[in-house]
Amino acid sequence: MNAHRSIVLAVTLAASLSVAAMHAASAQEAEAPSREHWSFHGPFGTYDTGQLQRGFKVYREVCSTCHGLKLLAFRNLSDPGGPGFTEPQAVTIASGFQVTDGPNDKGEMFQRPGKIADRFPPPFPNDQAARAALGGGLPPDMSVLAKARGYEAGFPWFIFDAFTQYQEDGPDYIHAILVGYEDPPPAGVTLPPGAQYNKYFPGHAIAMPKPLSDGQVEYTDGTPATTDQYAKDIAAFLMWTAEPKLDERKRLGFQVFVFLIVLTGLLYFTKKRVWHDVKHPPELESRPPTGQPKT
Amino acid sequence: MSANSIYKPQNPLMQWMERRLPIAGLVYSSFIVYPTPRNLNYWWTFGGILSFMLGAQIVTGIVLAMHYTPHVDLAFNSVESIMRDVNYGWLLRYLHANGASFFFVAVYAHIMRGMYYGSYKDPREVLWILGVILFLLMVVTGFMGYVLPWGQMSFWAATVITNLFSAIPGVGDPIVTWLWGGYAVGNPTLNRFYSLHYLLPFVIAGVVVLHIWALHMVGQNNPTGVEPKAEKDTVAFTPYATIKDAFFIGVFCLFLAWFVFYIPNYLGHSDNYIPANPGQTPTHIVPEWYYLPFYAILRAIPSKLLGVIALLSSIVLLAFLPWLDTSRVRSANYRPLYRQFLIVFFLVVIGLGYLGSQPPEGGYVIAARILTAYYFVFLLIILPLLGLFETTKPLPNSISESVLREGLPAGASAPPPSGAKV
Repeated sequence: MNAHRSIVLAVTLAASLSVAAMHAASAQEAEAPSREHWSFHGPFGTYDTGQLQRGFKVYREVCSTCHGLKLLAFRNLSDPGGPGFTEPQAVTIASGFQVTDGPNDKGEMFQRPGKIADRFPPPFPNDQAARAALGGGLPPDMSVLAKARGYEAGFPWFIFDAFTQYQEDGPDYIHAILVGYEDPPPAGVTLPPGAQYNKYFPGHAIAMPKPLSDGQVEYTDGTPATTDQYAKDIAAFLMWTAEPKLDERKRLGFQVFVFLIVLTGLLYFTKKRVWHDVKHPPELESRPPTGQPKT
Repeated sequence: MSANSIYKPQNPLMQWMERRLPIAGLVYSSFIVYPTPRNLNYWWTFGGILSFMLGAQIVTGIVLAMHYTPHVDLAFNSVESIMRDVNYGWLLRYLHANGASFFFVAVYAHIMRGMYYGSYKDPREVLWILGVILFLLMVVTGFMGYVLPWGQMSFWAATVITNLFSAIPGVGDPIVTWLWGGYAVGNPTLNRFYSLHYLLPFVIAGVVVLHIWALHMVGQNNPTGVEPKAEKDTVAFTPYATIKDAFFIGVFCLFLAWFVFYIPNYLGHSDNYIPANPGQTPTHIVPEWYYLPFYAILRAIPSKLLGVIALLSSIVLLAFLPWLDTSRVRSANYRPLYRQFLIVFFLVVIGLGYLGSQPPEGGYVIAARILTAYYFVFLLIILPLLGLFETTKPLPNSISESVLREGLPAGASAPPPSGAKV
């Protein structure tokens, strides 16, 4: 049919135009991160408490030197759907941090051990202090980093991602950055002073020195102490800090789906019943069942 | 409306009320006995879906407003506090953000249906124009809502879109300053966007009342485009349309729930989780997906002023469809050529949407220019000419006749035309 032919023509034209355009644009973009296996993927995904605790350990021992987590409170560590610390453990962790409070009766700010209601104290008093200490670079706060980073899957993959529920481009990107350092950089690449080569970073020149190496953080649960494992654990932990209600969301989502499917099914059958006489008009039904035409 | 639409309450209290404020009678005649064509397909349920979504957006929005702080230093963190500390705040926010997207899904389906079945033609011009006004109001409201979380995309979208007004010759810059409430996008801008984002949904609700009023004056169009002629061409709004709408609202909610509960950030941009930073421009500034076709049109034109004019006219031209389309036949089912050109037009809009999400360079710009050209050629040249030269298929005599013909078993011939008897 003519209509079909013109549609096919239009689609082919649009597709060839966009493929041509994509080739032009993708010449110097960074490599796409590999898709890792995450426990929180899919409709029944939940955080792995052991992994979140290991990720927290990596944050505390490595990342927290430079990166803040200002939206996270110590109390969150014992929230359901989180790393699964008990409340006394969260209190202990909080007291291990020094928090600025005040002003006191003398009008002075003072330091005190953290309480469970406090948020994680920033590593630097302000952005300028961070830049001064780190040679000009400003490490981003990591509270919502796992949702603030990602990569474009591109056409047509982004369509499949909607069906496979792929929402882990943030943690995949964080993991990729942490394992993507190459020293020395590939031949022919010149880096600005103080920058490292990272094959997943846009532009490849990253200011953050390679933060993780094998054996750097001690794991007591038998998990291999490798850079790759650290990177996965911190990425999972950061997904939790960015999306602390993910477990609750997916659990409620399933209940909502069961409810909506039953409701919609009942509405469908009610609709069929109500419309029965309109869809099967007596004029047609009264005719002989053999379907003989009256004319 | 017909004689059976008069409401005669039996209950003495309702009789007392009806003599003073006939609101029950209004509901009775508008939503119970109101006659709807019996051959409406599921594309006609999007009106009900849109009303439902407007209600859902207003309810979630009002609760979100109780927890949101419209200040440049606090907005981002107040949204994050909704996500973390407010009971079911994550649900409210994801419902509202994805709800906005699905509101646009529904409105685009609604507009496509109107264009396919010629629902804008005499006597439904005012109904259609009210619809275009509603769409414009939705665009403005959605844009202002996107600015409120004050992330990087919020800030830069506000900057780019308000700057479009600077293209107006002579008074452009003073207008932009006036819109901003300052010399850059800042706290006054955020405050007024918040105020207007709260106001406009109620303006939309008001225009929706006019839209429904106009609809009930002229009645619904239907897939044949032939007006109902006899009582058997129609069915009562309740229970027929209500149950059908309710069922499809359920189906629509399943789609919405998939996004809200499983991929809530799929339709958003990750950069909007970075707090707004006026000193750092994102690599690519991209609007929400539902504006992408218009964004592609804007960028396809090299001149800023002409680009803005093209952007505006791409929406405003829709209001003139009743006069641009010269054909007397409504439904594309009976207009073979129009049907083809229209389907290509829809594909072109989707293509423009894709191009709007890509950087404005190389092949993308050329493709966007070709598709933009088709957009306007279709509306301004093809549509008026088609009505003059197109050979249309014969229309059925009545809705019942077309329904009966479809309902016949294969091989049986059609019953004698019943329209003649009426």
